[in-house]
Amino acid sequence: MDFSYEQVAAFAQQSGLLYFFLIFSAICVYALWPKNKAKFDHAAQIPLEED
Amino acid sequence: MSLEETAYSVFLGLLFLYCVLAAGKAVDPVFAFHATIGAIASAAGVFLIIRSFIDRDGHVEPAEINGKPNYNLGPVKFASIAAMFWGLAGFSVGIWIALELAYPALNLGLPWTTFGRLRPLHTSAVIFAFGGNVLLATSFYVVQRTSRARMPGLVTPWFVILGYNVFIVIAGTGYLLGVTQSKEYAEPEWYADLWLTIVWVAYLLVFLATLWRRKEPHIYVANWFYLAFIVTIAMLHIVNNAAVPVSIFGSKSYVVWSGVQDAMVQWWYGHNAVGFFLTAGFLAIMYYFVPKRANRPVYSYRLSIIHFWALIFLYIWAGPHHLHYTALPEWASTLGMVFSVMLWMPSWGGMINGLMTLSGAWDKLRTDPVLRLLVVSVAFYGMSTFEGPLMSVKAVNSLSHYTDWTIGHVHSGALGWVGYVSFGALYCLVPWVYGKRDVYSLKLVDWHFWISTLGIVLYITSMWVSGIMQGLMWRAYTEFGFLQYSFVETVEAMHPYYVIRALGGILFLTGAVIMAVNLYLTIRHGEAEKPAADVALAPAE
Repeated sequence: MDFSYEQVAAFAQQSGLLYFFLIFSAICVYALWPKNKAKFDHAAQIPLEED
Repeated sequence: MSLEETAYSVFLGLLFLYCVLAAGKAVDPVFAFHATIGAIASAAGVFLIIRSFIDRDGHVEPAEINGKPNYNLGPVKFASIAAMFWGLAGFSVGIWIALELAYPALNLGLPWTTFGRLRPLHTSAVIFAFGGNVLLATSFYVVQRTSRARMPGLVTPWFVILGYNVFIVIAGTGYLLGVTQSKEYAEPEWYADLWLTIVWVAYLLVFLATLWRRKEPHIYVANWFYLAFIVTIAMLHIVNNAAVPVSIFGSKSYVVWSGVQDAMVQWWYGHNAVGFFLTAGFLAIMYYFVPKRANRPVYSYRLSIIHFWALIFLYIWAGPHHLHYTALPEWASTLGMVFSVMLWMPSWGGMINGLMTLSGAWDKLRTDPVLRLLVVSVAFYGMSTFEGPLMSVKAVNSLSHYTDWTIGHVHSGALGWVGYVSFGALYCLVPWVYGKRDVYSLKLVDWHFWISTLGIVLYITSMWVSGIMQGLMWRAYTEFGFLQYSFVETVEAMHPYYVIRALGGILFLTGAVIMAVNLYLTIRHGEAEKPAADVALAPAE
């Protein structure tokens, strides 16, 4: 079964748009979720804590 | 003897036997030479394991001393010094081939010193030998420190470092002797590739096992970048180097991919070697060493998460921009271009995060040349990741491709970003692992910084002019529709810029020589760090 250039391009564009939009949204939600702030603030200090 | 020591001794012993057999039955002289190196290296490995077993006399380094992690710094020291050594070698070969382009007689009329053989020697020496050892040294240091755990293994960390450097020797001597599979940045033949695969799996295991032992609940962002680098390079290396040797006692092999698929796999590999080796790995260095040297936490930890995931999800698609206007289908070419342009965002996310870590502490740039190297490296990262997407746009690429503009772009990233962030990291790391207060002389670091920066500026500006001129000359037509310039006329026009470029390289090497002297003096004569005060400070009443 052969795909035309237009079919492949349309598939790549539409599914790619959805896929990247969804994972990018998920990452932003995780990074900006207010409950995670304390965890990230602590993580940022890890290199500066001496042992 | 522990199970680990026994297993490595048996493995290296068997490898020794195979190498001796291969040296005897070799169908070509380079393979016999490499099998001999392999035999010597594996015999030396067995000797070192047995000697260290006798020396340690049943004693195993504890994971902790008085409740504090007892870090394993020996392999870090070795890789730091190896990085400096390979850096000097790689920069020197770079100057040599730059001069060959300006003065072709310098190829000496010998096959071993032609541009075609020395060029992969230069690229592999600076990327994989210098850059690779910097990444090994810093990753083993950073993962232990940020996990607050000693990396496991009596032999494995050393196997990774020494095995990797044996790979470098086999690859480099192979190029000089004319053995190559002709894939850019993946020139070593099948046996070197197999050896690197084994070493790399051991590297991944040491890294993961250290994370597994961590005392910190959260994995610090630098470790994510290191892990992305290690895992992705493993995948790229295996797929791109899939090859069938003509004989298991000969150096020649044929890659399983062919035609435009081979080209696509090659540049999927090639561009992600840039994305995951030269970017993700060195961003890990930025995320540890910039905060550490500036003594401030990273500007935005949240931004680091968003930019990490965006970077690794986008980079992997950008390879086709190396194949514009070729047999590659146009949709694939457009896809590569679009993803390259989108990479602007995560790249600049990283740059902003690195630079803004200094907000409120910019004055340190004036007094601390090591921090200045690190910060200027991030500025170069921003510059070259602006230029890269620009050049991936088809219209720009039709002018820039195959010209010196590409070489200039690569070197603004390689000298400015990878080089400077590595120098900054080594200037921090060497005093730390040798227990010194700081580098021997900050004044020498200052000299290194200014001499190299002048060198980089000469390099990239001359290549911009030369590249754009070359591209314009290639596409110039006369009023009758004939090409206006013959190829040799474009070569002649580039001569002055080639001389300027070589001068830039000489200045860059001069800086690196100053650095090597400074690091030697740090190790031998550096002021020892004051031991931490034993007395606990009494709280004020």
